[in-house]
Amino acid sequence: MSDDTQPETEATAPAEAAPVRAGISAARASLADVPPEPGAPKQDPILNATGVRRAFGGLVAVDVAHLEVQRGTITALIGPNGAGKTTFFNLLTGFDRPSRGEWVFDGRRADRMRSYQVARAGMVRTFQLTKALTRMTVMDNMLIGAGNQIGERFWAGLVPPLWKAQEAANRAKAMELLERFKLDRKRDDYAGELSGGQRKLLEMARALMLDPKMVMLDEPMAGVNPALKQSLLEHIKDLREDGMTVLFVEHDMDMVHEIADWVAVMAAGQLITEGTPDQISADRRVIDAYLGAHHDAAQH
Amino acid sequence: MDWHFVFSQALTQAIGPTMLVYALGAIGLNLQFGYTGLLNFGQAAFAAVGAYGLALAVVAFGLPFWWGILVGLACAVVLALLMGIPTLRLRADYLAIVTIAAAEIVRRLFRATVWSEHTGGSDGMRGFSDPFFALNPVPEDATWTFGFVSMESGRLTVDFGLFDLQYSHRDLWIMLIGWVLVAFFCVVLALLVHSPWGRVLKGIREDEEAVRSLGKNVFAYKMQALVIGGIIGAVAGFVFALSRANVQPDTFSTDFTFYFYVVLILGGAARIFGPVLGAALFWFLYNIFSQGLSQAITSGLIPSGAINQTQVGPLVFFLLGLGMVLLLIFRPQGILGNRRELMLDVR
Repeated sequence: MSDDTQPETEATAPAEAAPVRAGISAARASLADVPPEPGAPKQDPILNATGVRRAFGGLVAVDVAHLEVQRGTITALIGPNGAGKTTFFNLLTGFDRPSRGEWVFDGRRADRMRSYQVARAGMVRTFQLTKALTRMTVMDNMLIGAGNQIGERFWAGLVPPLWKAQEAANRAKAMELLERFKLDRKRDDYAGELSGGQRKLLEMARALMLDPKMVMLDEPMAGVNPALKQSLLEHIKDLREDGMTVLFVEHDMDMVHEIADWVAVMAAGQLITEGTPDQISADRRVIDAYLGAHHDAAQH
Repeated sequence: MDWHFVFSQALTQAIGPTMLVYALGAIGLNLQFGYTGLLNFGQAAFAAVGAYGLALAVVAFGLPFWWGILVGLACAVVLALLMGIPTLRLRADYLAIVTIAAAEIVRRLFRATVWSEHTGGSDGMRGFSDPFFALNPVPEDATWTFGFVSMESGRLTVDFGLFDLQYSHRDLWIMLIGWVLVAFFCVVLALLVHSPWGRVLKGIREDEEAVRSLGKNVFAYKMQALVIGGIIGAVAGFVFALSRANVQPDTFSTDFTFYFYVVLILGGAARIFGPVLGAALFWFLYNIFSQGLSQAITSGLIPSGAINQTQVGPLVFFLLGLGMVLLLIFRPQGILGNRRELMLDVR
């Protein structure tokens, strides 16, 4: 994935672009000229969605006219409760079917794909309520994540020599990831024995077993204690450094400020604005959306 | 009271033909329920279509015996597809509803008077097992003695002193085939559940959404588990039909399915040998209660005013039910299960 190099933009190569955080400056640079308005076109969108609508009976939960997600960036999807963020997320990842709308992920039409096909195409998600496979070991949780496994076919599964070599390679890769997420000493424990925060880490590590191009995190900070929050933030930043694109749903504005390169704001099912975190914090419409349109009228 | 007789009967049954039927049916169910988490409440129907597929092919259509076996297996596959296609994309409980209903439909169809000239209606069918017993290598009239093992006119007796095991030459042939099948399916299941394929099944049992998010076609895996478990159920049906040399629709009632569940939970779900141990123990307990109570009444150990012979049957089921409740309270993981695994907090 690291060959997904950003198109070089002329101006920005500031001093603070240390080699360890090359991804962040590339990401920020790629978004420098994007106007802060809903549906703004990006240089190199990995995800390009148009007219995405999901209605439950008469209730329109999602009605996003246009959204592009720039490759190699961390994009936050924020909005008040009931804005349709998670529904939109479920649509993009194939866990729900849109009433209409189409989107292209990494050059392929993805709106007709089923959830497992979306994952195979390189867009892997996590869940708001962590889904650890509790009565399986941490290592098995990791191994199940690996893609294209020969031994996952029924007849091949019966003949271990066909898949032992691949299994060993997957195991080595899983071990590397577990070390990175500091879960290596837990590898033989049941996932159900991990703490809530460790499950979050495991879920993210497991998603990386698929070598995703884009990682979709649904409220990654929900229910995580402050100590672990910092470590999770660093892991998310590392995804960008490894060339992955991240889209995450979040409530916590501090976190959005800290890690997001770009923010998309939803309210009442629609995308109301986009911009850098600074632009968004200053945007009247966002404050209105969170606090209600007439909040200062009440003060007068 | 004749303890020798009671123990001999119970132990003879504990590894005999009927126990093998329960073991096979529960092995199929173990793949579906134990490993994949599929609530198949219609395992009796898989046994029924296996048994009837064989019987109808041989008796009504005059096909050779081995074709009958193939027909029975094909029927099980078709039944699994019929049950699975509409339900496996839905929540787990829909499969439970459809399988329990389908099992009743299957039983009623075999019972129906409309085509009773072919199926025999509620009387069932016989006359399909002769080709099977024609292959029996155990001679009908053998007589010999070798240490504590003796054969008298085709009847084998293994005398252990405290008890003895006795089987007819037909039982021996069924048991030879049955134990080979049990061993074969245990090996296949062990290979499967320790493969990446089996890992996906266990993942589906834990959380199918998570598995889907990792790029696995959950529907296809569930269907494979349902079909393979159903095929093993049909094999249980073959052994059942052949050991009785007849098929009768009412033997495939929902009770049959629930005995498979009792066997599986008793032995330990998601354990390779759980169904085998569970079947042996279940059938041993059933027989020792039945024979024991019956003997106790005959010998006057239980006064004849308290219970009589006709009440033994229901009382045995009462005792087995009580045993099941106690098992679920004190050892919910079954005999071979892992308590630590079962007690994990599912958040």
